[in-house]
Amino acid sequence: MELLRLPGRAFIDFLHYLGQLAALVADLSWSVSRGILRLKLVARQIVEIGYGSQTVVIVTGAFTGAVFTFQCYTNFKQFGVESGVGAIVSVALCRELGPVLAGLMVAGRVGAAMAADIGTMKVTEQIDALRVMGVDPVGYLVLPRFIAMLVSMPLLIAESITFGLIASYIVTVFGYGVPEPWFISHMKEHTNMTDLSVGMIKGFVFGIIITLISCHQGLIAKDGAVGVGNGTTRAVVISSLTLLILNFFLSILLNYVFPMGAA
Amino acid sequence: MILSSAMPVPASKSSSDAFIEVRGLHKAIGSQKILCGVDLRVHKGETLVIIGPSGEGKTVLMKHVIGLMRPDQGEVIVEGLHVEKLRERELKPIREKVSMMFQNAALFDSMTVEENVAFPLVESGVRDRKEIERRVHEALEVVDLAEHGKKLPVNLSGGMRKRAGIARAIVGRSHCILYDEPTASLDPLVSDVIDQMILRLQKRYGVTSLVVTHDMKSMYTIANRVAMLKRGVIKFLGTPDELRNCPDEEVQDFINGRSGITA
Repeated sequence: MELLRLPGRAFIDFLHYLGQLAALVADLSWSVSRGILRLKLVARQIVEIGYGSQTVVIVTGAFTGAVFTFQCYTNFKQFGVESGVGAIVSVALCRELGPVLAGLMVAGRVGAAMAADIGTMKVTEQIDALRVMGVDPVGYLVLPRFIAMLVSMPLLIAESITFGLIASYIVTVFGYGVPEPWFISHMKEHTNMTDLSVGMIKGFVFGIIITLISCHQGLIAKDGAVGVGNGTTRAVVISSLTLLILNFFLSILLNYVFPMGAA
Repeated sequence: MILSSAMPVPASKSSSDAFIEVRGLHKAIGSQKILCGVDLRVHKGETLVIIGPSGEGKTVLMKHVIGLMRPDQGEVIVEGLHVEKLRERELKPIREKVSMMFQNAALFDSMTVEENVAFPLVESGVRDRKEIERRVHEALEVVDLAEHGKKLPVNLSGGMRKRAGIARAIVGRSHCILYDEPTASLDPLVSDVIDQMILRLQKRYGVTSLVVTHDMKSMYTIANRVAMLKRGVIKFLGTPDELRNCPDEEVQDFINGRSGITA
């Protein structure tokens, strides 16, 4: 009997979780409507999120571009279409690999930091102290992170795509000796602004998801250091899984809006 | 005066003179009943000290006064406003009049001591930098921390952090201050400084204070009245002299630190 109840309980827990996220969105909307924007905190978060994620995003983008190029070239060569590597790599980086891998890296680095920072403030009563002083914790802690993420994430994804393409170019042109004009012309021919738009839109959505999930985990942290640790782990796991699942549906949706290969 | 949970709280002054009034307060956390019908009245300008064994809900009671916790049943009235009926966003008028010093100070880790103490002023809309500096310096002088204003909380000892927390609680010149164990972990001299400060705030500015403490010396120094919380109800309510002469064995054991255990 207990076994039969498990799926039902999991479903109710899931609904409860969605309700909490919806409440956070409502609080965030209320904070926005008050029009109190703490620019100093937003700037600090842009530095933390945007500037602080440079290394992971560049390395991820570059090596993903390089290894994808290597795999494509090896297989394309068998059919004599190795010149098309630039095209396939750039489209894949713009539409899928760039946003998803950069998103996962940001979820790991920034999401964990958000959950840990806010969670520590929660268990050490710093959030209660904010409330006692009449300061809205969502407006003070979540809103600056949210805005900073919306600004940073599309730029980080653009950076990831750029370094992926540079790495692909280096591997193809200098590593395999494919003539540069072939690589560039195929890339330009098959990649357009719609592909880049798909990546940017995904970055925007992933930024929202990572911030909401991670900040929520911080705000509900309890039971001291162990609770903060658990919340941080949950933030990364839930953000990453949500991001991967959402990416699938987003890809289908965006393919209707921005069909692949359309000018 | 020994009280049963069913007995009304005797008041030496009229109800309208009460700054804080708690009526029939019940609170359970999980399956554990913490408060089982607490009745308490704190008059304007008085210092009421709450004593009692650890884990009996003293801090929980205090958090209800400032709206950090919601009662399961009962009323909490602060200056005529029903705290339990107000939404978080509507609590601002109360939080402008009442400040709280947390047990572990709850200082913001990312700010210096000065910035921590200035925070309530900045958030309440004080814009004159000189005025902020003057009041911060004044508050830090009171707790003997003027020389440590530029330090981060992480570089302070436990006692210094606590004193910084007190400075933050008093800087806004609130009508009422809630102190959660203000002298715990402080040396006797600093404890006396804090006690004298509480007395001075009461005498000079008529500040109402609600103090939770285990420090009996401090209690006898600052209290106008003492309430002892035991098993979720107010077991004793009276003056320090009445407490000293209380015939109840449990009360005497507690105030004289007799556990009944022998080596």
